[in-house]
Amino acid sequence: MSVPSAWYLVLAAVLFGLGATGLLIRRNVLVMFMCIELMLNAVNLTFVTFSRDLNDIGGQVNVFFVLVVAAAEVVVGLAIIVAMFRRRAAATADDIHILKG
Amino acid sequence: MKTTGLPILNIIVFLPLAGAIICLLLPSASWSSTSLRRSSWSTGRPAPAPGPVSTLGPAGIVGLVVALLELAFVIFLVIDYPTSGHAAGFQFVSRHSWIGAFGIDWSLGVDGISLFLVAMTALLFPIAMFGPTLRGNSRAFMGWMLLLEAACMGTFLSLDLFVFFVMFEITLVPGYFLVAGWGGARRNYAAMKFFIYTFAGSAFLFVAIIALVVLAAPRNGGHQTFDLITLARIAGSLPHADQVLIFCGFAVAFAVKIPLVPFHSWLPDTYTEAPTAGSMILAGILFKLGAYGLLRLGIYVVPVGAADMAPVLLTLAAVGIVYGSLITIMQKDLKRLVAYASIVDVAFIVLGFFAFSSQGVTGGVLEMVNHGLTTGAIFFLVGIVWERRGTLRFSDLGGLQKSMPIMAAVFLAVVMSAIGLPGLNGFVGEFLVLVGTFATHRWWAVVATVAVITAAVYMLWAYQRVFHGPVLNPANDAVADISWRELAVVAPLLVGIVFLGVYPRPFLERVTPSVNYLLDRVEQAAPNAHVPKTHNVTYSLPANQDVRGGPPGAAGAASASGSGGAGSGGSSGSVPSAAGSTPGSATASAGGSK
Amino acid sequence: MNAAYLIPALPLIGAIVLLFGGRRLREPLSGWLATIMAVGSFVATVIVWVSLLGKQASARSIDKNIFTWVPVNSLHVNAGLQLDPLSILWCLFVTGVGSLITLYSIGYMHGDPSFSRFFFLLNAFVFSMIVLVLADNYLFSFFGWEGVGFCSYGLIGFWFDRDTAAVAAKKAFVTNRVGDYGFMIALFLLFQHFGSFNYRDVLHSHLSGSFATGLALMLFLGAVGKSAQIPLYMWLPDAMEGPTPVSALIHAATMVTAGVYLVARSAPIIHFSSAAQWTISIIGAATALLAATIACNQNDIKRVLAYSTVSQLGYMFLGEGSGDYGAGIYHTVMHAFFKALLFLSAGAVIHALHDEQNMKRMGNLRRYLPITFPAFMIGFLALAAIPPFDGFWSKDAILAAAWHKSPALWAVGVLTAFLTAYYMTRQVVLVFFGQSRWFDHAKERGAAGDHHVYEAGGVPHEAPATMTVPLVILAAASVLGWLLDAPFGGLDFINKWLAPLFPPTVAPAFSVATGTKWLIGLVSVAFALAGLASGVAAWRRAVDRPRLEPAVLEHAWYIDEGVSRTVAGPLTRMANTFSFVIDGRLVDGLVRAVSGSFAASGRQLRRVQTGYVRNYALGISAGAVIILFYVSLRAGS
Repeated sequence: MSVPSAWYLVLAAVLFGLGATGLLIRRNVLVMFMCIELMLNAVNLTFVTFSRDLNDIGGQVNVFFVLVVAAAEVVVGLAIIVAMFRRRAAATADDIHILKG
Repeated sequence: MKTTGLPILNIIVFLPLAGAIICLLLPSASWSSTSLRRSSWSTGRPAPAPGPVSTLGPAGIVGLVVALLELAFVIFLVIDYPTSGHAAGFQFVSRHSWIGAFGIDWSLGVDGISLFLVAMTALLFPIAMFGPTLRGNSRAFMGWMLLLEAACMGTFLSLDLFVFFVMFEITLVPGYFLVAGWGGARRNYAAMKFFIYTFAGSAFLFVAIIALVVLAAPRNGGHQTFDLITLARIAGSLPHADQVLIFCGFAVAFAVKIPLVPFHSWLPDTYTEAPTAGSMILAGILFKLGAYGLLRLGIYVVPVGAADMAPVLLTLAAVGIVYGSLITIMQKDLKRLVAYASIVDVAFIVLGFFAFSSQGVTGGVLEMVNHGLTTGAIFFLVGIVWERRGTLRFSDLGGLQKSMPIMAAVFLAVVMSAIGLPGLNGFVGEFLVLVGTFATHRWWAVVATVAVITAAVYMLWAYQRVFHGPVLNPANDAVADISWRELAVVAPLLVGIVFLGVYPRPFLERVTPSVNYLLDRVEQAAPNAHVPKTHNVTYSLPANQDVRGGPPGAAGAASASGSGGAGSGGSSGSVPSAAGSTPGSATASAGGSK
Repeated sequence: MNAAYLIPALPLIGAIVLLFGGRRLREPLSGWLATIMAVGSFVATVIVWVSLLGKQASARSIDKNIFTWVPVNSLHVNAGLQLDPLSILWCLFVTGVGSLITLYSIGYMHGDPSFSRFFFLLNAFVFSMIVLVLADNYLFSFFGWEGVGFCSYGLIGFWFDRDTAAVAAKKAFVTNRVGDYGFMIALFLLFQHFGSFNYRDVLHSHLSGSFATGLALMLFLGAVGKSAQIPLYMWLPDAMEGPTPVSALIHAATMVTAGVYLVARSAPIIHFSSAAQWTISIIGAATALLAATIACNQNDIKRVLAYSTVSQLGYMFLGEGSGDYGAGIYHTVMHAFFKALLFLSAGAVIHALHDEQNMKRMGNLRRYLPITFPAFMIGFLALAAIPPFDGFWSKDAILAAAWHKSPALWAVGVLTAFLTAYYMTRQVVLVFFGQSRWFDHAKERGAAGDHHVYEAGGVPHEAPATMTVPLVILAAASVLGWLLDAPFGGLDFINKWLAPLFPPTVAPAFSVATGTKWLIGLVSVAFALAGLASGVAAWRRAVDRPRLEPAVLEHAWYIDEGVSRTVAGPLTRMANTFSFVIDGRLVDGLVRAVSGSFAASGRQLRRVQTGYVRNYALGISAGAVIILFYVSLRAGS
């Protein structure tokens, strides 16, 4: 017996919601970063679920793309965060608003 | 049809481009500290003055060699251009498929109208590059100038609307950087205004080109093509309203570029702030891109629209002449005065074009070349005054003839050319424009002729305030006269000014057949445009008559049968289709770009 | 007949050599070069003239095509020469008088730092003038027409460091350009109607009256500008800022007669329009009278002669407008002799007094200038139309023609003759008779720093031979020149010479009864003598006579000031409005408004960009929710 797909989808939705909420309410850049990862992986879970359901390998291929992009994002994002920590003692997202128009 | 073994038009376009790339690859120690970077992207604080006087340097040598080589090729082209048969169509055509999926060809060709614009471009560039004292980064300067030359050549020579548009737009980039990098105090404002204003105009050009191509495709067997000649053939069968709208798109774009009153307000700022070399090229050549486009894209491709809108453009030109003259008179700065005077001159060009008489259009073409020579020389001389005195305000100048007698004489000669003194080039062009306009649109000519008075007023008043009168300002007392080097630089322009005024025949003989062919198109397409049957006495040729008699685009009309052995031997393609062949790209069918 | 080419070629070569090598040639070589070229041109003209004399009257025309100038389809203009009686006559006195004045200038311009530039301009002028008269079509004539205008500009402004000279030069050129406007419109009309500018094609057609009127009036507008007639005469008195030989050559003898030439050349057009004929004669008469009144009250020795020139040019147009082209041309030639003589003599006076031009500071010079004084007297008598000097005969012919046209025109002419005699007498008396006033003024000027004037009791000295020889030759011509067209004894050479050009179809012969002729002659002599007598009576003793010198005349009826105020002022204000209000604020303002509107909307929109990541994240989430909501709605329906 297999676990129904709906369970996976619900789990993915919960994870995504957690990530989105965290991103909106937290000020710590590192935590926000982890929240983004959470959202990405929630989407990955959805992809895999449907891939299995529909018997289509395309979804799993997409997961690889997402993973690669996420890895690249981690590299760039962490580099920015490290650079930010060097310049300032603490780093909350509100400290950096030089993109203000 | 004239072809040679040498792909000369491609050489003319690509040679300066190669030169620009070489300049870019040259090592330059001062790259990081150029005035360009400091001035263009700094915000808030005032831009510093351009750097110290530069020596020629390796980039300068590359630029000199390339520009002179280019000039040599163009001279070869002018000499090789067939005259014996008075060929009207495009010569030396080179056609290569470029972006086949969209029907875009790399296709170049030259006719009597573009021939002398190309020649003028090739002449003016070395003069502008090496005449004025260069300050700042010579590598960047040479690179931009050569890129600009390549783009100008490409615009004049292209037979494909896509190539035309690309080249036409590329000119803006070097133009912007030349003004912003080497210009006067308000150069950032001027460069930005120049770029955005003309770019906004180009939007209309783009839309018009796309509209023309898309609308024409169903009539070309469903094949899209950007080919100028094919489109010109098809355009006549489009709905009347479409043709008029397409022409209006062209007209707005080129009216900004030319610029016609009331689209002119970018011009005085740009020309006043541009460096001497920039003003020479902007006024001498970039103006002509617009005027040339109006002729080649506007009148040639959509003659019906041109005929419909002619009264509007004639009126704008006549108004521009009077209005521009009045404004010019009151200017308080020599360079600004010359810039405004250009508005009057280019209005004459447009007036001549839309008179639709062969004298008017030929005169307009001659005026394009005239204005390049005269304005180029005048901006160069103004630049010399600026170098010596550091000011161009009339209130600071006066009595310079005392210490600069030779300069005063040269300046007077150029001023007289601008006024239109017979015996100098300005008169022939101005007279042809006016006599041609009078023949078809009498009252516009009567208004425009007022310029013979006003031009004398503003030019001579300016001359008087700079060179005549007592020396009141001690700074004007011991100004160094024009140097031998500067005299040598301006000499070719003076020779051109006198030669075209005394013996314009070689010029007119090459231009007139192409103009006649153009007007035949207008006459065929728009019989109510009142094209006077004036071109049937002296230079009416069998080739032209055949074209006139046959259906548009008929491939049977033999062109220029007498144009001599070498080129025309095998391929007697029809003029309208201009199915040219250079070795390596033989396209046989009429207008066949696929 | 290759001498024909030499006529324009020699001065052209001279001009080119002087333009490029003048600085190396220096004084006096460049002067002699220019003189030789002008004399050579004169000799070539004489050779051509003699060869024409040997031909039948109807065959006296040589055409020489040099090259094709402007070929554009049906517009086909040659640079070609047409040597016919009219052009050769003009050429003879242009090169003849031109040679003498060039020779004179060698002495007059001695020591000027721009010696060579002067002679370059003189040769270029002679060349342009020759092209003007010899050209075989209107457009090539226009080439010369503008060429003389340019040389005139350069010569009036020769002493460019004087503000007045610079302004006068510009004024002359611009005023001429107003006339050129008419000339150019006439050229357009010619091309549209005939498709040609050739005199040969144009002048032998039948024209409708209205077209002929328009064409003739436009041509006449050109002539008015060049020949300083109402309303474009103001530039000529100001042109006296140029060196005196220039005033003699260009602004008295040759260039200003170009308008007379143009009208004479266009006679076959003008005769189709009686309105044009009336306009020409009325403008001529009015100009003659107006300029004569102004000349009565000028103190500058050259300005008197300048207004006198304007007045005499009016006579010439009066003659031509009255249909007697021969008389107008006769007067032109005579005027060239005696006015050149007067100007050159005046130049000698100015030279002797070290650039003093105010007649009130002269006096008694007859004792010091033994050659200039008789020369000036001969010129004076010729201009005052005292028989048997030149001016009498030609003026008499014009007055007879005017009488035939309308007695009113004749009356104006006679009144002008009276004024002419009067103002010239005033000039002669003030300059050559009475007390020596120059000495006191010279001392004043000496005190002001000009130490070279009459140091150690010096006196005015006669000019060098290069200056006096031309005076003597011109004086002889002024005494005997009238024999060229005397109205008796079959001596009317000019009339016979020009007869092929003015056949009765163009200039219908008219006859004035012999008795009337005598009467006209006697009346004009009487008026001239009366003018002379009143001049002597008025100016014999006094130097300043305020009642005879009203300010209104001294200021030339305030016409110049009036024009400045009513035309130039508003025009300047309008141009100012255009350039700084309309162009600066309206046209460019619209452009700046467009760019400003983008900037303003950007300023509003930038508030959305707070820079806080949370705001952007919220925006993204809100957007996602809205899209989801929308999609689900669509799916539901």
